[in-house]
Amino acid sequence: MAISKEEVKYIANLARLGLAEAEVEHFREQLGSILGYIDKLKKVDVSKIIPMAHVLDIKNVYRQDTVLPSIDPQKVLQNAPSREGQFFKVPKVIE
Amino acid sequence: MNLNLLTAHELSESLRSAKITSAHILSDLKDRFDKVEPKVRAYARQPFFKKSSSRNSVDAQLNGIPVSIKDNICSDGDLTECASRILSGFVAPYDATVVKKLKEQGALIFGKTNMDEFAFGSSCENSSFYPTRNPWDLERVPGGSSGGSAAAVAADEAILALGSDTGGSIRQPAALCGVVGLKPTYGRVSRYGLIAFASSLDQIGPMTKDVRDNALLLKVIAGHDKNDATSVDIPVPDYVRSLEKGVRGMRVGIPKEYFVEGMDPEVRQALNDAKAKLESFGVQFGEVSLPHTEYAVAVYYIIATAEASSNLARFDGVQYGFRASHKSVEKEPALISMYKQTRAEGFGQEAKRRIILGTYVLSSGYYDAYYSRALKVRALIKEDFDKVLGEFDLILTPTSPSPAFKIGEKTDDPLSMYLSDIYTISVNLAGLPALSMPCGFTKSGLPIGMQILGKPFAEEDIFRLAFAYEQNTLWHKMKPKL
Repeated sequence: MAISKEEVKYIANLARLGLAEAEVEHFREQLGSILGYIDKLKKVDVSKIIPMAHVLDIKNVYRQDTVLPSIDPQKVLQNAPSREGQFFKVPKVIE
Repeated sequence: MNLNLLTAHELSESLRSAKITSAHILSDLKDRFDKVEPKVRAYARQPFFKKSSSRNSVDAQLNGIPVSIKDNICSDGDLTECASRILSGFVAPYDATVVKKLKEQGALIFGKTNMDEFAFGSSCENSSFYPTRNPWDLERVPGGSSGGSAAAVAADEAILALGSDTGGSIRQPAALCGVVGLKPTYGRVSRYGLIAFASSLDQIGPMTKDVRDNALLLKVIAGHDKNDATSVDIPVPDYVRSLEKGVRGMRVGIPKEYFVEGMDPEVRQALNDAKAKLESFGVQFGEVSLPHTEYAVAVYYIIATAEASSNLARFDGVQYGFRASHKSVEKEPALISMYKQTRAEGFGQEAKRRIILGTYVLSSGYYDAYYSRALKVRALIKEDFDKVLGEFDLILTPTSPSPAFKIGEKTDDPLSMYLSDIYTISVNLAGLPALSMPCGFTKSGLPIGMQILGKPFAEEDIFRLAFAYEQNTLWHKMKPKL
């Protein structure tokens, strides 16, 4: 199945993934061949099948709404590439 | 005797009778590491050679035993980088539940093992650190993604190890390195603290030198955990005690779809020999059919990449590890440029490929054609197994269609790499437990693995068959020359 360079760029933008021009062409080719392989699923009759997202019969898990200790914020913030006080710092969003 | 050559159950006996100490084990592991690690490169970074056990009670099941864990499992205060540049410098702020359980039983977290970045791969070549090499032939891959754990155990640089398995990432490297690796039933082991790849498929499991150690380690890490809503609240059996129950009368199915063209003739021969041996113990074999097998790889690469693209959205240069020194781009807010450039520099090629494929199959207009259809075929694959396991106790298959391949052989052909997981992938889609163990060697001296899969939560049955086979073979005693 053929996929265009524009489609690869569109998808990469949705995934917030920067791609070099050479990568766009490289992935275009490879994705085309992987999607071609995946196309074999069209042969299966699934008209009466319910999609299975999960193997277990899982249900929502509830618990009491009580205050419990959480991880020390300093320990979490130590992994931030940029921080200020108790906050994660990011480039300016609003001009 | 160098203590690094022994199993955990052998070491535990000597530790209990105070013939040896945990420091002896660590010192022997260090000697071995210094000698072979420059060739094998099984670890993500230098292990901890000086560590004391957190617990000293006599009933602790792994008192003083070092355990090596894959670099995608969090251990409090230790670097946990998932072999990815985007997590470089990430220090885990808490223990994964499996690590907490290991520490409660007196085990030492010895070191973190190399892997394919984010567990994306079947060869360990996608590590951002360096590729790990197969201890049996340094020109070949150890398998992946838990290739570091498998190679460390095979090279006697580890006593016990943990890996994670999403489509074969414990079993395929176990087969290629000649060790024992188990993917437990989905929900048997908590995923809390495992850096997520595909949440509906991932499981942590033991990688060991023999079946008894595997049963011992599973017993320690299994069980319900309130921090993982998909872990199941059913009792954990004493797997070690069930080993010697015998196999006479057990019914084992052999799926005809797995013995097709493309399978290496030496792998086929090894499986036939193993079947004959097991028959001589009173195991009954029958041919079975899993008709949707040919669709498993396609289903997997839709579901696994869809879940991965969603799980990896959190790596954006804000909370963890790496942020690119981004340049501003015209008409693009600075925050968006930062995200894009951080992800461009932080992720390797395979991670990018999977993010793009996963985003594509979930995107508007393609969701029904790909993702929704894959979930339906997944249901059919599970139904195939349910039918067979209604009549048989276990299923026996090869783990991998061929022994270890050469480094670089498949790096330019992602599809051929994906197809090397053809026998392991269905098991994750169906949520079943499966174990790989050595069942022979090729003429050129490479290990061959067989896979035993069972009913949900019937790991005991798998261990029984595996133990009976191992007791009557010497494959697990073979050591690579390094």
